Amino acid sequence: MKPRYLFFRLTVAVMLVILLLAVQLLVGVDAVTASEPDSAKLEVRVQIPQLSVSEYHRPYVAVWVQDSQRNVAANLAVWYQIKGKQEGEGTKWLPDLRQWWRRSGRSLEMPVDGVCGATRPAGEHTLQFSGDDNRLASLKPGDYELVVEAAREVGGRELLQIPFTWPVESRFQKSVTGETELGEVSLTIHP
Amino acid sequence: MFRLLLSTAFILTLAVPSFAHKVWLRPSQTVLSGAEPWVTVDAAVSNDLFYFNHFPLKLDGLVITAPDGQTVQSQNQSVGKYRSVFDLPLTQQGTYRIAVVNHGAFASYEQAGERHRLRGSAASIDKELPADATNVQITESLGRIETFVTNGAPSTESLQPTGKGIELIPITHPNDLFTGEEAKFRLLVNGKPVKGLAIEVIRGETRYRNSQDEQQLSTDANGEFTVTWSEPGMYWLETSTTDEQTSIPRAKTRRLSYAATLEVLPE
Repeated sequence: MKPRYLFFRLTVAVMLVILLLAVQLLVGVDAVTASEPDSAKLEVRVQIPQLSVSEYHRPYVAVWVQDSQRNVAANLAVWYQIKGKQEGEGTKWLPDLRQWWRRSGRSLEMPVDGVCGATRPAGEHTLQFSGDDNRLASLKPGDYELVVEAAREVGGRELLQIPFTWPVESRFQKSVTGETELGEVSLTIHP
Repeated sequence: MFRLLLSTAFILTLAVPSFAHKVWLRPSQTVLSGAEPWVTVDAAVSNDLFYFNHFPLKLDGLVITAPDGQTVQSQNQSVGKYRSVFDLPLTQQGTYRIAVVNHGAFASYEQAGERHRLRGSAASIDKELPADATNVQITESLGRIETFVTNGAPSTESLQPTGKGIELIPITHPNDLFTGEEAKFRLLVNGKPVKGLAIEVIRGETRYRNSQDEQQLSTDANGEFTVTWSEPGMYWLETSTTDEQTSIPRAKTRRLSYAATLEVLPE
């Protein structure tokens, strides 16, 4: 009985080591991909400012691309309070993202895969999209606007826009800076 | 003849002050989202928009139409000194039509040589009048006071006309109104468009400005009219007319009125 038990324990230990190595390898590979900026066709950087207020809630943020008729051409990100006591609790404040809500939010089934995420803390956040991303692949050539809207509970609301033409022939970069709820927002498009 | 004119004038002066006040329903929010959002609604008759400074609005005629077209009940109804309140959980996705429909009547009559007046429901006023009443004048009234709230995307199932009295039919959805954008609506009187119906539109917060700043509008041949919102806020829209389609045998005229509260959001 005893040697067999020892053999079993050894096997488990070896398997654990292999598993750990595999996880490390995966994480390592993942980190390399994420830090490779040129692999992205379109990149949006959103700065959420550090605010000194008595009651701070992380802002709800929506990032989308709209055409010249203000129709939403691509939903890039929506950050809201996903966790709550009840299911869908955080969706209650989504209409505060007024423009986004009117243009597309109210007709979407939340959460939207690959678009929705949890609210983020103050700091700089980067969104990257590869050329074969469905949302970019379906963009017809033309004039568009990147729109970033932020609304904060017991706070304000701000909306920033960056016009661009799709697709680009040379690297495009533009940034705008908000006054209250948003810091610098920049858009980079690689040909 | 003179007496008849006098009593008609009397009825008119009686009826007018009750309409000079503003009747309204004001929801806490009009555009909502979530698993089961709630709205709370204030209902009042007031001098200023939207302040409680005259009477609470009776909720006897409250009719709430859910997005699926079915009637639903309010919760936590309460009538205070200056306002009535009720809550509504929005269990369905879409637009709810919240209305107070009043079908009433005013009567004036003589009894033992003295002039009396009576206010009651259209259904029972005939029975409430004393048997020996003479020189009876009855005016029927059918009023609709409304507001709209939407959970998720706006819908129109609940906004179908009933064909009774004055009704607002959206061309622009009432929960999709924005500053600087034109909104178009149609008014139906007994289910049909009427040309030249006079409409008054006033933005709330009248207490904080010196003039009413009302917009005077009028319906075209299709019963349609266009409003441009100069500023965001809660707006009050009102119109009235008269017809002869009375349901009370002794009444000759029927007064129809309509009032709606609409929220206009900033861009």
